[in-house]
Amino acid sequence: MARKTLLLTTALGLGWAASAQAQTEIGMWYHGAGNEVESAIITRIVDDFNAGQSDWMVTLESFPQNSYNDSVVAGALAGNLPCILDVDGPVMPNWAWSGYMQPLAIDASLIEGYLPGTLGYWDGELYSVGLWDAAVALYARQSDLDAWGLRTPTLAEPWTQEEFMAALDAARADGRYEYALDLGMAWTGEWYPYAFSPFLQSFGGDIIDRETYTSADGVLNGDAALAFGEWWQMLFAEGYAPGTSQDPADRDSGFNEGKYAFAWNGNWAAVPTLGAVEDVVFLPAPDFGNGPTIGAGSWQFGVSATCETPEGANAFIAHALQDEYLAAFSDGIGLIPSTPGAAAMTENYAEGGPLEVFFGLSAEQALVRPVTPGYVVAAQVFEAALANIANGADVADELDAAVDAIEADIERNQGYGHDG
Amino acid sequence: MASKLTTSNRAGWGFALPGFGLIAVFIVLPFFFAFYFSLTNQRLISPNPTEYVGLDNYRSLLGLAVITLEPERDDAGQILRDADGAIEYPRVRTITRSDDFPQYRGMREWFRWHSGDTARVVIASDVVFMKALVNTFLFVLVVAPVQAGLALCLALLINQRLRGINIYRTIYFMPVVVSIVVVSLLWRFIYDGNDGLLNNLLSALSFGAFEGRDWLGDPSTALGSIMAMSIWQAVGFHMVIWLSGLQTISPTLYEAADIEGANRWQTFRYVTWPGLRNTAVLILIVITMQCFALFAQIDVMTNGGPLDSTQTLVFQAVERGYGRQDISGGSAISVILFLIVLSISLVQRWLTRGR
Repeated sequence: MARKTLLLTTALGLGWAASAQAQTEIGMWYHGAGNEVESAIITRIVDDFNAGQSDWMVTLESFPQNSYNDSVVAGALAGNLPCILDVDGPVMPNWAWSGYMQPLAIDASLIEGYLPGTLGYWDGELYSVGLWDAAVALYARQSDLDAWGLRTPTLAEPWTQEEFMAALDAARADGRYEYALDLGMAWTGEWYPYAFSPFLQSFGGDIIDRETYTSADGVLNGDAALAFGEWWQMLFAEGYAPGTSQDPADRDSGFNEGKYAFAWNGNWAAVPTLGAVEDVVFLPAPDFGNGPTIGAGSWQFGVSATCETPEGANAFIAHALQDEYLAAFSDGIGLIPSTPGAAAMTENYAEGGPLEVFFGLSAEQALVRPVTPGYVVAAQVFEAALANIANGADVADELDAAVDAIEADIERNQGYGHDG
Repeated sequence: MASKLTTSNRAGWGFALPGFGLIAVFIVLPFFFAFYFSLTNQRLISPNPTEYVGLDNYRSLLGLAVITLEPERDDAGQILRDADGAIEYPRVRTITRSDDFPQYRGMREWFRWHSGDTARVVIASDVVFMKALVNTFLFVLVVAPVQAGLALCLALLINQRLRGINIYRTIYFMPVVVSIVVVSLLWRFIYDGNDGLLNNLLSALSFGAFEGRDWLGDPSTALGSIMAMSIWQAVGFHMVIWLSGLQTISPTLYEAADIEGANRWQTFRYVTWPGLRNTAVLILIVITMQCFALFAQIDVMTNGGPLDSTQTLVFQAVERGYGRQDISGGSAISVILFLIVLSISLVQRWLTRGR
């Protein structure tokens, strides 16, 4: 028995060595460990690539999403990053600035027609490209909208703040729901800046001044931001939405179970909801005065700076950018494919598909989060400020403190490479 | 002493080497790194070179000042009041952001009190750190005595020759064996504001009179909830240490006390307690150190919120070092924590020294 195992191991080892001789190995890290469907698709892409040419051999390693960024930073500090990296859109500038990534060298024709949120530019160069984007919408029930006599908002004519608040009031007056609106406060982390900074932008504020990227004063604590903060605090103080201690299980299934009348949620949660709530409709973000916005930019592929075979890494990324794979990811886990061509091939985003609206949202309303290496820290400051305001902290003080924290961090990093 | 360690003791050193080596690499070395980093502007990841900044990190953590705010007055010199009749003061930020007071730059209000019409405001360079400092001390002050006392009671209860007493020992010790992360997750459900176990239980016991509370979502109960859960979780561990102490006390002493006609309290006071002296010192020091290291419960249950009411030093050190990529700031907090724990241990040693 033991001998048999030994023989088998030797055979496998030899087989591996033989193929490695023919093809140069390229490491790749991916954030989707634990998700079977996602793993199956990415493995398929890798296998197709490895079988389709004889120069390169991509080996895939998957990490759980929660610890992925830490793993990359640790890998970078220890000097053993793989060639191909998977990177969250807003984090990319931080890694590029830190010198962990190199610009992509793929043909421009390959990314023609890609949704703007799926292309990661830093310092004028393309560093990362995504096979999909994500979008956020206001989940609602058509029967409720009809019962409460609410106008169905459209991309061209979204709800105004008054209409939105009227809808929440109607939901609350109805009495069937525990809360009128589920914002997803249980999802700590990147969800806060991703999902809520668009509200701030729609009010006319922002996390950082995008003109210079070196200050936040007047942007995150200006009049527009104060108005946003007061509105935000009111949502919790008046009991429209569950606060930071929301049970994560309620966030995941509360809307589907009828606990919440409206939910502010991403397209990735839409497929289960379609099955649970028959008349669900996905409404575009309300316009709080400065135009409606939602966040853009999801996970993307890039090449590490230490990669010795960037040709191979670029070849793989070019290979992955096929409508067929974009569509596979979309069908598998409900993401928005990056191109109209791929969208047409999917079940959900094709014309007349149940999630088609999200493609329009991504194309029309999406605004990428501030493109700066300082975003990583600014996002955490923003998250803390929103949590504190929701819990009753003084709005002006909290936003002022956030501005100070963000500016202090920018200063400590000598402007993050932006010319002040 | 030195000769004993060096003469003909190669085997001894050889056996100690793996342990010493690991401790040196994973504890002693990082410890010196923390000292060094806290004097620089080291970032987690950055292309900028690391620079020596002296005590800047400590200054930006520990900076404190008191400023006096005069009430806002109108042209006639009358004090302005808002709709509720409260006196209106200028915003602290007009001072901390003003070029007239460069020494207060970047500071924030921590708390304030009023004397007459003027308000005195304590401003801190790092309000969150200050809150973490206070919370950590509060946690230690409550948990150390309560946990030690409770553990002693449990140890006395199970230090009896009864059939099946081992079952109780196992039950009390069980939470210690379960991972703190798992325990924290479970208690998050117990404390849940909507239909958590605790709310249901209290509501049933009070025949519905008790209205549900959001234990972890309310700044006034969050830290207390975590204290209660932490005491419950680790009490079994200290119970076992007490138990080992109890079992070293010679039975002849109890017999003698019995013959002398001592009652149960006198037996405890004059036989058991003196016999536990060394155990008590050990337990107090161990609990104090564990309390200062409070992290996992916070990370899983509240993330330092609501309103920073559950921030702690270790959580802040990790949050800064990794979350905000500020290794130097995290290191400075670690060094401060080290100094606090060291001085407390020294004081405890001195207070409980053998006379």
